Amino acid sequence: MRVATSTPDRLRSAVRLKWLILKTAIEERLAYRGDFVFSTLIRFLPVVTQVFLWRAIFSNDAEKLIRGFRYSEMIAYYLLVMLARAFSSMPGLANGIAGSVADGSIRKYLIQPVDMLDHLFWHRVAHKLVYYAIAIGPFSLVFWLCRSYFPGWPDWTVIWCFVASLLMSFAIGFLIEAWIGLIAFWFLEVSSLIFIYMMLSYFLSGHMIPLEYLSEWLPFVEYLPFRYLAYTPAAIFLGRIPEHRLPVEMMTQFSWIVGLFVLNRITFARGVRRYSSFGG
Amino acid sequence: MAAIEVQDLCRQYRVYRKREGVLASIVGLFRREYEIVEAVRNVSFRIEEGEMVAFLGPNGAGKTTTLKLLSGLVVPTSGQATVLGHIPWQREDSYRRRFSLVTGQKEQLWWDLPAQESFRLHREIYRIPDDEYRRRLDELTDLLEVGRLMARPVRELSLGERMRMELIAALLHRPDVLFLDEPTIGLDVVSQRRVQEFLRYYQKEQKITVILTSHYMKDVEALCERAIVINRGQVVHDGQLNAIVDRFSQHKILDLQFSDGQVPSTLTRYGQILETRLPRVRLQVPRQQVSECLATILAEHSIDDLSVSERPLEDVIAELFSQPGEPTDHGGSL
Repeated sequence: MRVATSTPDRLRSAVRLKWLILKTAIEERLAYRGDFVFSTLIRFLPVVTQVFLWRAIFSNDAEKLIRGFRYSEMIAYYLLVMLARAFSSMPGLANGIAGSVADGSIRKYLIQPVDMLDHLFWHRVAHKLVYYAIAIGPFSLVFWLCRSYFPGWPDWTVIWCFVASLLMSFAIGFLIEAWIGLIAFWFLEVSSLIFIYMMLSYFLSGHMIPLEYLSEWLPFVEYLPFRYLAYTPAAIFLGRIPEHRLPVEMMTQFSWIVGLFVLNRITFARGVRRYSSFGG
Repeated sequence: MAAIEVQDLCRQYRVYRKREGVLASIVGLFRREYEIVEAVRNVSFRIEEGEMVAFLGPNGAGKTTTLKLLSGLVVPTSGQATVLGHIPWQREDSYRRRFSLVTGQKEQLWWDLPAQESFRLHREIYRIPDDEYRRRLDELTDLLEVGRLMARPVRELSLGERMRMELIAALLHRPDVLFLDEPTIGLDVVSQRRVQEFLRYYQKEQKITVILTSHYMKDVEALCERAIVINRGQVVHDGQLNAIVDRFSQHKILDLQFSDGQVPSTLTRYGQILETRLPRVRLQVPRQQVSECLATILAEHSIDDLSVSERPLEDVIAELFSQPGEPTDHGGSL
């Protein structure tokens, strides 16, 4: 059979493949419209409960500073964390990989000339794009209603760093969850690991409370990748990371992507060698 | 030229041996016992380009593990194999573009989308030029009669229709080697026959190398001349399919029609009566005594019609697989 062999042809072919994975995954995602719209909208509920919780905490004095946060900053922080989590959360990714190892359906990726992690990455990009397309309305509404909590628009450098940090948080979230899924090559059942990861990331990413509240007891939290899943993008936007620190912050976040990418590659290569092709 | 060469291929698995009971489960948390299972033991064979070979054996014999080894899904414990000159478990893209594995699990298609979307994805994955893709797709959809189903979500297709779509996905890139692992499992008789006829036609036309595992002997008899029989991880027969009966069946079947409509009570001394439908009797006799039995029966009774036949392949294979003991290389026992 004729196949594309020259380098430009291969490049064109690789781009076409990614584009088609993206399109196909979008179509697949839209197959269950009702469930998808409902699950997208339901994610806004926790924000409402957080707003009420922090309103109660600051009820005596909204201008009071708790670990450097006023009430309004705290609400703004939560809204931005919600946005960051919309990028970095990867529902079902680790479970999906582990399930495909356990039931043998991973073989599709092993017998076809396709890179599983690359395939899953673009699949996830498609899921996110569809999610944003649905969620942009409610997100905009919530941000507009809560606009008074924000100190105002930061300058362009900060905005660019914020956007870059959001995109990198997507990559870090993907790589951590994919890696946990790949551990199934050794343990088959990784649901406990996923649970531990969810707990840790909720706590250590700044999703539950800003990391300023933790750093006194858990100083190492600065050096973990979890902070990039929620805290860092929000902190950048709110100016809690000084502008002169932004390049270092961006580089560190990027280094985590590189490190996790290498870790995923090594784990996948070793896992496949170990793979026994369960599931008949 | 050999398309597939396998030499002393072995694959062992370490399997956790769990004892019965809650206490044993608790003990198992601290100290586990493992046993080594030899899924494939010193398997060797050679398959020429364009051959279609049946791979037979009972459940757990090592057939699927061998196919997994040849597809590069599993790395062997020892031994060597090449398929089209490639070592399968190195999983080079250039090898993965040249073979397909179709299993009864039917998992190449996207469940919630019409099959045509999955086929488009295959076009990109295998880098099939557009004109060739369209020609191949038209050809395969015509042959498998699924043109009207292309726009229907896969989850809404019947098992037989999905299997035919899986075959299209597997053949779009024109593989040189096709591994078929129970391709007709669970299909109704009509779908089975359609898949069978398609495979026979396609293999003849394209001259691709095929290894087929199936528990349906009708599939095997319709499609393959050569069979490799594997049991407990070892090859116990490699040769013509018909030779399995010659080699392993210890009996032949005599169909007798008595002119007086009576079945003689002495008939059991020649062998086992399998069926009586007066005036016809079906008798199973030891292979070496066929001539002697016939001579005696003809001399002592009045016979209108008789025929001697081999036992059905399915029965011989079922008997072969059900026998305990270690495999031997010379006729009869396993």
